[in-house]
Amino acid sequence: MGAEVTLLGVRHHGPGSARAVGAALAQLQPDVVLIEGPPEADGIVALAGEKDMAPPVALLAHVVDDPAKAAFWPFAAFSPEWVAIRYAVERELPVRFIDLPASQSLVAVQEPDSGAPKDPIGALAEAAGHDDAERWWEDVVEHRTPDTEAGADALAPFAAVAEAMTALRELDGNNRRDELREAYMRQQVRAARRAGHARIAVVCGAWHVPALASMPTVAHDRALLAELPKKVRTEITWVPWTHRRLSQHTGYGAGIDSPGWYHHLFTSTDDEPLARWLTKAAALLRAEDHPVSSAHVIEAVRLARTLGVMRGRPLAGLTETLDAVRSVMCDGSDVALALVHDRLVVGDALGEVPESAPAVPLQRDIVRLQRSLRLKPEAAERELALDLRKELDTSRSLLLHRLRLLGIAWGTPSRSAVNSTGTFRESWRLRWDPEFAVRIVEAAQWGSTVEDAATGKAVETALATRELSELTGLAERCLLAGLPAALPPVMRVLADRAALDTDVAQLARALPALVRALRYGDVRGTDGSALDGVARGLAERICVGLPPACTGLDADGATAMRAHVDGVHAAITLLEQGTPSEQGTEAADPLADRWAATLQSLARREPSAGPATGVPGLLRGRAVRLLLDDGRLDSEEAGRRLGLVLSMASAPADAAGWVEGFLAGGGALLLHDPRLLGLLDEWLTGVPGEVFTDVLPLLRRTFSGLEAGVRRTVGERVAAGPLGAAAVPTAPATALDQVRADAVLPTLTLLLGLPAAGSARIHRQPDRRSAS
Amino acid sequence: MTTLTSELASEAPREVLREHAEDAFAAELAALAAQDDRPRPERWLLSPWAVATYLLGGELPDGTVITPKYIGPRRIVEVAVTTLATDRALLLLGVPGTAKTWVSEHLAAAISGDSTLLVQGTAGTPEEAVRYGWNYAQLLAHGPSRDALVPSPVMRAMADGKIARVEELTRIPADVQDGLITILSEKTLPIPELGDETQAVRGFNLIATANDRDRGVNELSSALRRRFNTVVLPLPGSLDDEVDIVTRRVNQLGRSLDLPELPGGAEEIRRVVTVFRELRDGITTDGRTKVKTPSGTLSTAEAISVVTNGLALATHFGDGVLRAGDVTTGIAGAVLRDPVADQLVWREYVEGVLRERDGWKDFYRAARENSR
Repeated sequence: MGAEVTLLGVRHHGPGSARAVGAALAQLQPDVVLIEGPPEADGIVALAGEKDMAPPVALLAHVVDDPAKAAFWPFAAFSPEWVAIRYAVERELPVRFIDLPASQSLVAVQEPDSGAPKDPIGALAEAAGHDDAERWWEDVVEHRTPDTEAGADALAPFAAVAEAMTALRELDGNNRRDELREAYMRQQVRAARRAGHARIAVVCGAWHVPALASMPTVAHDRALLAELPKKVRTEITWVPWTHRRLSQHTGYGAGIDSPGWYHHLFTSTDDEPLARWLTKAAALLRAEDHPVSSAHVIEAVRLARTLGVMRGRPLAGLTETLDAVRSVMCDGSDVALALVHDRLVVGDALGEVPESAPAVPLQRDIVRLQRSLRLKPEAAERELALDLRKELDTSRSLLLHRLRLLGIAWGTPSRSAVNSTGTFRESWRLRWDPEFAVRIVEAAQWGSTVEDAATGKAVETALATRELSELTGLAERCLLAGLPAALPPVMRVLADRAALDTDVAQLARALPALVRALRYGDVRGTDGSALDGVARGLAERICVGLPPACTGLDADGATAMRAHVDGVHAAITLLEQGTPSEQGTEAADPLADRWAATLQSLARREPSAGPATGVPGLLRGRAVRLLLDDGRLDSEEAGRRLGLVLSMASAPADAAGWVEGFLAGGGALLLHDPRLLGLLDEWLTGVPGEVFTDVLPLLRRTFSGLEAGVRRTVGERVAAGPLGAAAVPTAPATALDQVRADAVLPTLTLLLGLPAAGSARIHRQPDRRSAS
Repeated sequence: MTTLTSELASEAPREVLREHAEDAFAAELAALAAQDDRPRPERWLLSPWAVATYLLGGELPDGTVITPKYIGPRRIVEVAVTTLATDRALLLLGVPGTAKTWVSEHLAAAISGDSTLLVQGTAGTPEEAVRYGWNYAQLLAHGPSRDALVPSPVMRAMADGKIARVEELTRIPADVQDGLITILSEKTLPIPELGDETQAVRGFNLIATANDRDRGVNELSSALRRRFNTVVLPLPGSLDDEVDIVTRRVNQLGRSLDLPELPGGAEEIRRVVTVFRELRDGITTDGRTKVKTPSGTLSTAEAISVVTNGLALATHFGDGVLRAGDVTTGIAGAVLRDPVADQLVWREYVEGVLRERDGWKDFYRAARENSR
């Protein structure tokens, strides 16, 4: 033998284990440290000693050809493994990772990494009569600070844990995966011996200690390892990690619920970790406007300690501390306590990795951009408002949009108060998730810079997309992300799909996004001519296909189509506004005209012989209303049509639908034109009793959609007495004072941004609400 | 009458309608004290561990079974007992019917063996109730002296080192409330008329209860609030917990009211609690249907009184079996606080939820009849 092997069994993230490992290593003075972890990391372990390396960090290993296959090994400051790594690196001792190589474990295991077959600590705690495994472990291991005074054996706790685990493993079988891992670990220990190391320290999960203590024959382990799959090419690197991710059950080892608390326990050097932590909690609560004084802290410390004694624990643990915070500082409220839990018990710490850590080229590009654009990745969520007229902000926006295309949702667009005031503003909510490290590796297949990768991803997505509206959405995102190279292929796919698509509803769904994209394109100065062409083509197709598509629809279909008609109407209006006015405003605009003609034809298609032969009333009414809003029909004509549809000849259900379509999204019309209201009133009172029951739901829906004020006034008018032509005029009867009225116009012109006064012809503005 | 005999009921005089906790559970307290070997704070009859056991229930080494007095999170009782041991005052908060008074009474009984040092807070609680008053005959005959002084329960608790209780602290006018500040911080009660003072001896502490649902109460000043550790008593977490609580309390109350245990009780209690919980949470137990929430609290205490009431109805006017009809009247009474809005809520619930439920046909019919 000769070499002395010491096994240090730990819980993966536990300040007590970490302290114990530190003390044990100091006593052992090993000449090599073996750690449970992927051996590929041997080469980059030295980076742990760099100045820029700050835990929490994680080792990320991924398969080169399939970056989605990846695994993490996170380390916090209070992880025993990290303590061991630092110990070795600072003394320039060799560190070896002895778990299965990632190149094999990543392909071998499909089952989730469950570690031990059962929760070994839980079983131990149960045996000791504790229901809560975490608390038991804390009491017996984590809260015991190793006795560093003379004579104390820093190894004693490890011997006890090993003994307990041996007993446990006799009860519980090991699973196949663990057997393989342990065989590999034993091989690595043998290798370390062969290499001539005299004092070998092994830091591994407590569960594995008995398996490493009893060395079966080399042949036995070889036979086991023979069944491992072939190695694949993998890459490994360090990535920053967060406390929040440590608290989730991912990666290796069990997740821990209170990384922030552990970090505090591990890093606080004085004798009063409790008082210090409660002081932090008080400061946090004060910052959130909870009146918490020093007296509160004193009382909380006393309560937590007494609770600890009462519950028979060696020290006040997290449970006691939180109970004290709730009772003393938060007035018993769980809401304030949730804040403490979120910020202090879990915490927002984000690790750092030195630049020299290996990284995929894409990662480097992202880091470079982050630096040049002064956007620091942070784990805490924050708002970012961008003004797209500034160059820096535009670049930032491009970066965020491109990353989003790549599936790295660092920023999510958010609505803010200023958002609605102009298209040159953008609001983002930023939050860096360490998980992104994997996404970046995944995205690396598309290209080595953010722009290339985003372009590649967009084109490939376009080819795979079947839905037209998704394609236009993608086109919009390409524009937002400033990917001119991606646009032509995406447009080609889009045009092809649009040509083949026979479903007008699909086309109608696609158009608004496209037009929006055009508009944004203007703000950003991107060339949208290709987009404009496609949008117009799409609009033409819709104009042709809409009337037949609307024929013979049932009630649900009509409702869905109404939304499309509204959407397309708004989009076409927008498209026309966006058109440069070189042709001159007088020149009739073909598209707008074609659309108006389409609406006209819609409105005319009455179901003369049963519902299947015409356009439903809802859509006809809507078409009339849209035309009226655009000033292409006058109110007299609209009144005539209303009268026609409400006459005895047409079916009441169809008439009610017509009214709904006509009035949807703005009923002020009824107030301005008492004649319309009169017609409606007349029709309503004439509907036979049994039919009334049928149309009632429709009417109800129609009128509940009106603004409260309009509804009330309509009610008042109806209650006031006979309506119709003889209605009492509510407007002042005096004639307009032309001169005074004209005096308003220049200001109004200025406000509306119309070409300078004089010839200003104020169009009737479309009702905004109807567009929504 | 065999159902009435119990070791608790037989010991104490039967004329009393409701016994004090320390009398009703004297046997349990004695057993706990006999076997309690942990350190006790001065003038405490039991150690904090034993007090917690008394409230939460358990079995002693010699086999004595301690019935649970409070069914709920262990944490709450532990924090409450510990607070009293650290000489901070304890404030029990909660919506009506969450056993605040019940817990405070049992804490006082277990710690001091005396739950009677009680000040009931009302809008008219005078300063004398928390400090001291005068016996005017004595005062006029002999002048101001200790003999003419009428101490309040709080003052007596201070002198004897016991637990004083203040019920409904937030109903007491603010100036009277603030009289407690000196008592809680300086642990002394000055008597300027005599140039004297009463200093609290070790063992003195104060438990206050307050209800955080009511409006029109006197909020505690932050100076006073700071002297209290606050424990919020929650509504029971699960259906089974609540059924357990109701069953226990109904049995205890039934005994003191000479009501026999009736068949059908368990089934109806479960149904009453289910209805209460569903209306309170605004969602049915299977999580599928949303229901409107009535304006009342619908606390566990109300469920207990509904069942007790039903028992009395069934015993005296019914056929000796607790039936749906006996409890639905009470439920409707508890739900219909606001005659218009709650009526709607209750009707919708009866028609929308109860009608479809398997095995609830009798309950549905009774509920319908009662809500007419």
